[in-house]
Amino acid sequence: MKKVFFSLKEAVINGAAGLTIFSILLGFIVGAVVLLLAGFNPIEAYGAIIRGIFSKPKYMSYVVIYSTPLIMTGLSVAFALRTGLFNIGAEGQFIVGSLTAAMVGYFVHLPMMLHVPLCILSAMAVSAAWGGIAGFIKARHGVHEVISTIMLNWIALYLLNWAVTIQSFGQRGTGKSHMIQQTARIDLFGQWKITPEGIDFIRSHKILGDILKSPVNTGIIFALVFAFLVWFILNRTTLGYELRAVGFNPHTAECSGINVNRSIITSMSIAGALAGAAGGLQVLGVSYRVAKLAAMEGYGFDGIAVSLIGNNTGPGSVFAGFLFGGLKYGGSKIQDAVGAPTEVINIVVGTIILFIAMPKLIQLLLRRGGRWK
Amino acid sequence: MIDITKKFGDVVANNHISLTIHKGEVHALLGENGAGKTTLMNVLYGLYRPTTGTIRINGKAVSIRSPNVAISNGIGMVHQHFMLVEPFSVTENIILGNEPTRAGGIVDMVSAEADVMRLSQEYGLSVDPKALIEDLSVGSQQRVEILKTLYRGAEILIFDEPTAVLTPQEIQELVTIIKNLTAAGKSVIIITHKLKEIKQIADFCTIIRRGEHIDTVEVDKVSEEELASMMVGRQVSFKVDKPEQQAGAAVLEIKNLRVVDKRGIAAVNGLNLQLKKGEILGIAGVDGNGQTELIEALTGLARVQAGSIQVNGQELANQTPGTIRTNHKVGHIPEDRQKRGLVFEFDVAENLILSSYNTSRFSTFFILLRAAIYSNAEKLIKLFDIRPANAKITAKSLSGGNQQKMIIAREVSSNPDILIAAQPTRGLDVGAIEYVHQTLVEQRNRGKAVLLISFELDEIMNVSDRIAVIYEGRIVGEIKAKEADEQQLGRLMAGCSL
Ligand SMILES: Nc1ncnc2c1ncn2[C@@H]1O[C@H](COP(=O)(O)OP(=O)(O)OP(=O)(O)O)[C@@H](O)[C@H]1O
Ligand SMILES: [Mg+2]
Repeated sequence: MKKVFFSLKEAVINGAAGLTIFSILLGFIVGAVVLLLAGFNPIEAYGAIIRGIFSKPKYMSYVVIYSTPLIMTGLSVAFALRTGLFNIGAEGQFIVGSLTAAMVGYFVHLPMMLHVPLCILSAMAVSAAWGGIAGFIKARHGVHEVISTIMLNWIALYLLNWAVTIQSFGQRGTGKSHMIQQTARIDLFGQWKITPEGIDFIRSHKILGDILKSPVNTGIIFALVFAFLVWFILNRTTLGYELRAVGFNPHTAECSGINVNRSIITSMSIAGALAGAAGGLQVLGVSYRVAKLAAMEGYGFDGIAVSLIGNNTGPGSVFAGFLFGGLKYGGSKIQDAVGAPTEVINIVVGTIILFIAMPKLIQLLLRRGGRWK
Repeated sequence: MIDITKKFGDVVANNHISLTIHKGEVHALLGENGAGKTTLMNVLYGLYRPTTGTIRINGKAVSIRSPNVAISNGIGMVHQHFMLVEPFSVTENIILGNEPTRAGGIVDMVSAEADVMRLSQEYGLSVDPKALIEDLSVGSQQRVEILKTLYRGAEILIFDEPTAVLTPQEIQELVTIIKNLTAAGKSVIIITHKLKEIKQIADFCTIIRRGEHIDTVEVDKVSEEELASMMVGRQVSFKVDKPEQQAGAAVLEIKNLRVVDKRGIAAVNGLNLQLKKGEILGIAGVDGNGQTELIEALTGLARVQAGSIQVNGQELANQTPGTIRTNHKVGHIPEDRQKRGLVFEFDVAENLILSSYNTSRFSTFFILLRAAIYSNAEKLIKLFDIRPANAKITAKSLSGGNQQKMIIAREVSSNPDILIAAQPTRGLDVGAIEYVHQTLVEQRNRGKAVLLISFELDEIMNVSDRIAVIYEGRIVGEIKAKEADEQQLGRLMAGCSL
């Protein structure tokens, strides 16, 4: 028994998972301190978050909806990071993907079984090119991907803002595009919900009806499939092997005959495709259109946090995406419940990342802690 | 050091080892690859905490929690991989973390440089205090590392395989430096696999085998052969068994090769060379005469400016490293194993397929065949005696010598027509060297060609069939290995004609 405990402790001290869990705890503690200093009761505030997530089936359904794009952009950042590339550009790739999906979803008329895949695939293809550009100019001209993707983010934003002003695509004067066709939507029972039977059903079924009050959609299924694919590609295919080798040690990769430049372009393209799918799924499942952006929405940037918390793996991104999605949705409720600013949640997330970025410090703290006992 | 035990998970790297160092002595640590020498020294230097055991310095028990504690207790360490800031000057590197300041926190470079000069004269460590690290040779960088420890007041200096990266001339200089240090009352602990060096400089030698203390002997009272067999636990032969063999047709033909180095100077300039099937061709030469650039050109890592490299009649110059490996079947054991030879974060099995992951043995339709990859690893681990025998540990946790064995296993098992072996036995123990030499000879016996580049004249003379001497980017002489003698080679390497 003691041995089991000891090895558990070792795993926590040395392993990535232990580090993450400990960092999350620390994040919440720091958040609590901030709340205390600001004159709020942290237990009440955290209680409000937990109630805001779990007290109604509808809330949980919202958390899933919030988490879906975060998981996807998290996967995008994680994928690039495994090849040693920092994809700040998930934001722009997300925008380009959502724009593409909105266009294909509005202009093209097809049966659903074809329309949905076409929207997602074209969003992925265009965003793959968008990410690939950054990969290409890094491979070819040595321009760092952080710089090029930041610039591409702004280009994407203004491209979108221009696109919604196009006569045939945008609704005049609203800054919004037309809604995509019904056949391109991935919501569940969206049409049926507003029929008399649907309304009846929602009234009479407590749990299912409550869930249906949220814009439920199949996006999460896509996200889970993509998470599996990312894990599979990275760990089970020759492509993933090459990309990881380049990420860990480009010199050895080159010397072993791996084409480093091609790997950089491939990795950025796949990362772009994942962020593009995130944008596409958001349009097909939640917003049904794109609208003019005054500023970045932050899905891509949140993806960086998700990836880091999830230790840059497929399964990790799913876990971290849900955590982040839950905090984002549940955290939005503490304003009403205890009057504390929602920004506290950003402090919690920021602290978690700070601690994850300092594994040495955490290990030291844990060792010290071990000796006190 | 008393009764030191250090475990990494299940691996016992040090098992109740005790070691006593007296003032003014040179104490050598000898042991096979993975025996636990580096680990023991890292414990002494505060990089690892011992699982159990105590350390006493001048009779006082100390708990060395970090290198800073070690330094303040007068312990300094010169690592095998230097820890210097390249764009900084010699003085800046030496005072780093310990800067003398004038009023207002301004670094007092004048007095710092004077201190460095004084120290370097005192111990015969000639360096230019103003030179930048990146412009210095490996030997000079090592002297800077030594000065750094002395500047911080080291009384016990630890050297981890200091001679592995040095040329024979630089080794002689280091020997003089160590003698000066001990004459001034400092103590030196030195890890080396070269028995000759132990005989030359050490007073005592402690032998470690598989984490256990075997014996501590007075060096004068034992022979090299005795040391070797104590360390390996069996007799080691220093001679390479090599049947007579007629070399076949030429496989590699280099004509008028010209390659420039990083600074744009022609490091290889008009080099001609021919390598035949079934022979081992040794390239002898002093470091910096174009060996690195020659290897890089042959493997596609550096651009060829002019001339041709033909393998079986096909041009290979300026092709990608991938094409050269797969289409022309050229294997490569790189000179710098940590930079180019392995991926630290990959496990042993993954490292063992780096040059063949996309062959049908290890993948179908882009899917990795994990069962094949791991059974391949089990096989190679056994064959090449990689320790610990575990395919799933990361390359980072292998000892230096076992990392090298892993690379050699990979390159030899990919069965290349031409094997370019650069410093293949650097950092290996005598037992492992014996095995690697046998492996190279086996390649040759099977009709493959081996190009051996080494700074060790003994190795070149023992293993090669033919020796080519490189000087200033050109081959200045070729001799049959059987007819070669050291003096003659030495003269050629210094640029004199026969
Ligand atoms: N950080 C680590 N994690 C896990 N195992 C380790 C680690 N460092 C060393 N080991 C293991 O401890 C043992 C001793 O390694 P060490 O580096 O001390 O050997 P060494 O005697 O210096 O060998 P070499 O001559 O090859 O340098 C080896 O089995 C090695 O795999
Ligand atoms: Mg070692």
